[in-house]
Amino acid sequence: MTAPAEEDVKIGFGRMRRVEDARFIRGQGNYVDDVQLPGMLHLAILRSPYAHAKIVSIDTSAAEAHPKVKAVVTGAVLETLGLAWMPTISYDTQAVLATDKVRFQGQEVAFVVAEDRYSARDALELIEVEYEPLPVIADAKTALDAGAPVIRDDKEGKADNHIYDWQAGDAAKTDAAFAAADVVVKEEILYPRVHPAPLETCGSVAHLDKVTGKLTVWTTTQAPHAHRTLYAIVAGLPEQKIRIISPDIGGGFGGKVGIYPGYVLAVVGTIVTGKPVKWMEDRSENLVSTAFARDYHMSGEIAATAEGKILGLKVNVLADHGAFNGVAQPTKFPAGFFHIFTGSYDYGAAWCNVTAVYTNKAPGGVAYACSFRITEAVYLVERMVDALATKLGMDPAELRLRNLIQPEQFPYTTPTGWEYDSGDYPTTLRKAMEIAGYDKLRDEQRSQRLAWESGERGGTLTGIGISFFTEGVGAGPRKHMDILGLGMADGAELRVHPTGKAVLRLSCQSQGQGHETTFAQIVSQELGIPTLDIEVVHGDTDQTPFGLGTYGSRSTPVSGGATAVVARKVRDRAKLVAAAMLEVSHEDLEWEQGRWFVKGDPEQGKTITEIAMAAHGALELPEGVEGHLDATCVYNPPNLTYPFGAYIAVVDVDPGTGVVKVRRFIAVDDCGVRINPMIVEGQIHGGLADGIGMALMQVMAFDNDGNHLGSSFMDYLLPTSLECPSWELGETVTPSPHHPIGAKGVGESATVGSPAAIVNAVLDALKPWGVTHADMPLTPANVWSLTQGRPLRTDMAL
Amino acid sequence: MQITVRVNGESYTRDVEPRLLLVHFLRDELGLTGTHWGCDTSNCGVCTVQVDGTPVKSCTTLAVMADGHDVTTVEGLEQGGELTPLQQGFINCHGLQCGFCTPGMLMTCSALLRDNRDPSEAEIREAISGNLCRCTGYENIVKSVRWAAEQTAEQQEVTA
Amino acid sequence: MQVPAPFDYAKATSVDHALALLAEHGPEARVVAGGHSLIPMMKLRLARPDALIDINGLTDLAYLRTDGDSLAVGALTRHVDVLTSPLVAEHFAVLVEAERVIADPIVRNWGTVGGSLCQADPAEDLPAALVALGATVVIRNREGSRTVPVRELHVGPYETVVEAGELLTEVRIPIRPGGSSAYEKVERRAGDWGAAAAAAALWLTSGVAGYSIDDVGLGLTAVGAEHYIVPEAEEFLRGKLATEENFAAAGEIAARTCNPAADQRGPVDYKRHLAKELTVRALRRAAGRARVEEA
Repeated sequence: MTAPAEEDVKIGFGRMRRVEDARFIRGQGNYVDDVQLPGMLHLAILRSPYAHAKIVSIDTSAAEAHPKVKAVVTGAVLETLGLAWMPTISYDTQAVLATDKVRFQGQEVAFVVAEDRYSARDALELIEVEYEPLPVIADAKTALDAGAPVIRDDKEGKADNHIYDWQAGDAAKTDAAFAAADVVVKEEILYPRVHPAPLETCGSVAHLDKVTGKLTVWTTTQAPHAHRTLYAIVAGLPEQKIRIISPDIGGGFGGKVGIYPGYVLAVVGTIVTGKPVKWMEDRSENLVSTAFARDYHMSGEIAATAEGKILGLKVNVLADHGAFNGVAQPTKFPAGFFHIFTGSYDYGAAWCNVTAVYTNKAPGGVAYACSFRITEAVYLVERMVDALATKLGMDPAELRLRNLIQPEQFPYTTPTGWEYDSGDYPTTLRKAMEIAGYDKLRDEQRSQRLAWESGERGGTLTGIGISFFTEGVGAGPRKHMDILGLGMADGAELRVHPTGKAVLRLSCQSQGQGHETTFAQIVSQELGIPTLDIEVVHGDTDQTPFGLGTYGSRSTPVSGGATAVVARKVRDRAKLVAAAMLEVSHEDLEWEQGRWFVKGDPEQGKTITEIAMAAHGALELPEGVEGHLDATCVYNPPNLTYPFGAYIAVVDVDPGTGVVKVRRFIAVDDCGVRINPMIVEGQIHGGLADGIGMALMQVMAFDNDGNHLGSSFMDYLLPTSLECPSWELGETVTPSPHHPIGAKGVGESATVGSPAAIVNAVLDALKPWGVTHADMPLTPANVWSLTQGRPLRTDMAL
Repeated sequence: MQITVRVNGESYTRDVEPRLLLVHFLRDELGLTGTHWGCDTSNCGVCTVQVDGTPVKSCTTLAVMADGHDVTTVEGLEQGGELTPLQQGFINCHGLQCGFCTPGMLMTCSALLRDNRDPSEAEIREAISGNLCRCTGYENIVKSVRWAAEQTAEQQEVTA
Repeated sequence: MQVPAPFDYAKATSVDHALALLAEHGPEARVVAGGHSLIPMMKLRLARPDALIDINGLTDLAYLRTDGDSLAVGALTRHVDVLTSPLVAEHFAVLVEAERVIADPIVRNWGTVGGSLCQADPAEDLPAALVALGATVVIRNREGSRTVPVRELHVGPYETVVEAGELLTEVRIPIRPGGSSAYEKVERRAGDWGAAAAAAALWLTSGVAGYSIDDVGLGLTAVGAEHYIVPEAEEFLRGKLATEENFAAAGEIAARTCNPAADQRGPVDYKRHLAKELTVRALRRAAGRARVEEA
């Protein structure tokens, strides 16, 4: 089979097929569960069936007697090693194995290591645990009630379930803006608990070499270097003796950032048995115990003039953090970047309060392509703006166009202190409206509603919904952003071999983003070396420089910046070498892609390949100029980058059944310069499908006993090919002024931006019922209930 | 019990427990780790292989049920070092990102193309509705299959 | 990954052999064909059979053929073969439409008609379609065989009259001239169990006043209708005209007489509403088909 190779851009930015695909389409990827080591044992975890219960006793004797079992470990055993509890990224603690009591259904209680995975599972059934059930907090709204059971009684002096209150913005100024407003609209908005649910669950293979003392861990992590340092801190192991390998990862979406008890247990397993130990979650374990996302109960108020000029926005959030505060985000931002909730509009006053509470649910909160809670922020503001449009009787596109920040206002400082770097918002929204045929759609809807009002009520109703989002991604400037004191800058190393081929070593880690292609393209763009001549090494802490990993859409903004800068360092060195080769002053040289030449005499020049060989050769270099062309750098971003976009969803709602069909979805994204447009578009497609999932079907609900009602893919629904329309994409390009290549990051944009468009569209369709509010997911039952004036509480058992 | 399964054209005889799942037989016994698993409940389709040419979810099939049958996995697609048009289509049209669902998708789609040389977008979407993908939003998977169908049609025209 | 607990396993080579194996392994043995419901339950360790009797080798139970006035469908017939059968398409639109929304295409490749019926999930699509068509099943045991209407096959969630040691071998669907049928299902997502579904089969006669209903079969699933049936609504419709008013009244009866339970697919009032709405829609489409055919 010959491929249209001529369509690939060979050097620099542009569409090219991915180099990593060669292994994946042959089934030759190497994921954690593919790792097989001689003598490897298998670990399985016993989990709590209760959401809140005292552990009275654990009897492991029958499990220990199983002929294939090598070890059975309980919390009591870990306690003796000082490993029963571990610190979380949010300066809380989390039980590695429960000792005193269990605090959520699915919590880790004990583990077994056995010769094979079937025996390990069998042995779990032989462990007898006696529990004494305790009252449960399943609903965050009751967590702060007087007399509520105290979930974290392990914390000395803790007498309630309160974690923190956190504010941003100017309350007095916001109150003044509201006082002056003609119109104020209030909405209670829930962003329910969802889960990133990558198709590969979490897992580890841990191997402690007793002779060398080296611990090697193959693990599903988006942040191998951060994991290494945290293992060193948690387990007290010397960091130079820890090697984290993050091989191919079957999707992360933010669910593979934190350190889960299972990872630590695999390390304990190898220490205890002296053998390599593999732990792979099953799907249910993945859904019930690893990081959920959102669970924000938001009370929003928006103020405006009668003409539709927004004056202010305020919001009170009740944040359900689960039983341990384990959110994976820059440590100084307890509510993540939620305070970007003012959105893409120009107004002066905003304020938020976030109150976080413990509940008897799994820990987490920041995961699932959320850009550290910008998902919740965008959903809030885009729902509030639509609610305002409804109140004012204005077209939601018109209201947005009246309030969008104008291009000449950039850099723009928001009322909560963000400095948006660049953008042309009205152009992007107009482009989306043009692709959608917005006016025509509204005409179609008008005639449909007239028919509806005259009694023709057979068919479906069209709804049109808009969402305009701005994200801040690429955490981040190290003076503001760190994770447990680790600054969020990324290293990069670039070696150019004598023959002009190169190796780039990156700290970030791909879970499908195509780093092996795009980062090579950045080097290629900067040095003129063909992309296919550049090897990208990542995902192995022994082979790559330190950096904080891939999440929060930070790879291109941070590691991409590092890559451009390190390539420029090589180019600068090459200039000095070329000057020596050409026997001219380096000041007389000029660069064109792949070559230094003498100004005014383009014939006289040296290619990067020639320079590379000379740099390794006998050429006499000027004093102070090192040989070779290798360079390293650490890129500390000066600011976040601010991608944005305009999304329009067109839905058909069947009022007789409540079924929603997304007929069209238009997405115009501006993520600055696109390194490989093919990959950018692919990431947007995936995020839009996430939006369909969250808006229409995905939720983790609980009953009052804390039972998880979405613990398998039978109940936690992911969109299939049949719910997704053929996506209609457009683009605008507003480069980031401070990023070395003007790129902004796009991995999470569509997940962040799309849910509000769909919910707004469904509410638009339901206007004949006077429905103004709905919570996700808009399942058929929920939509029908809305038309009956009885919206469902989607986060609790029906 | 002893079973003999032909996998990608080669015969393997192994002594297995009746409860061994086909996916584990392929991955752990034969080292064919191209077939993944993702959900336990036969909802995600990443474990899809072909048994006697029919796409089947191997996490819900016992290895003993494959005794005496022909199993094809992703590793068996490439013939004589040549990628199939379908595999090439997935590369050309960016039909994969993390690659985890890809082997199952390929096994489903190769059976589709065998039975229907010119599937419409709707037919492709229906055929892959039991194979979840979290990365691509399905758009480019549909394009990949279309590419393979068109490529095959072109090749046949040339041959004719 | 979840894995089943240990069990014994035997491959049956004939129906008699299967029955002998079932007798040999006792009441805790289960028959496995497609296994797409049973094996996940075993992995979750919610089902723990002592033994599995694999009937996949009984290829003589995989058939679709006319037999007198009936379509005979072997228990081992895969869903995909029902879905793509020209015979089924010719006579039973409701069955095609129900099959199309059972799980997903890969599960339909492997899952069997007999398996779906014996699994008896309260949200199973197949029983609703088959009760509407007045189908029967043949159950074999070592003494011989008996025929049971699908309307009497299911005695509760996951429970049928197929006893330990017995094997459901065939489904027989009467082919009655003048019939038309349709299936309506609401699901949260493709491949999900239904929030509710309704099957309707109509036998109409055209008259001066319009179409009168000679006979009707209705099936409901996922809404707690005992035996998946709505006899009161059928009784109401028989002999009446095929009008929107009568369909609506039948829908009301369906809503009133079913007994749904709330779950994450919807609250009780929603499911009752669907029982009505989907019954009406299925009747409407079935009637529409009858008219088209006659024209």
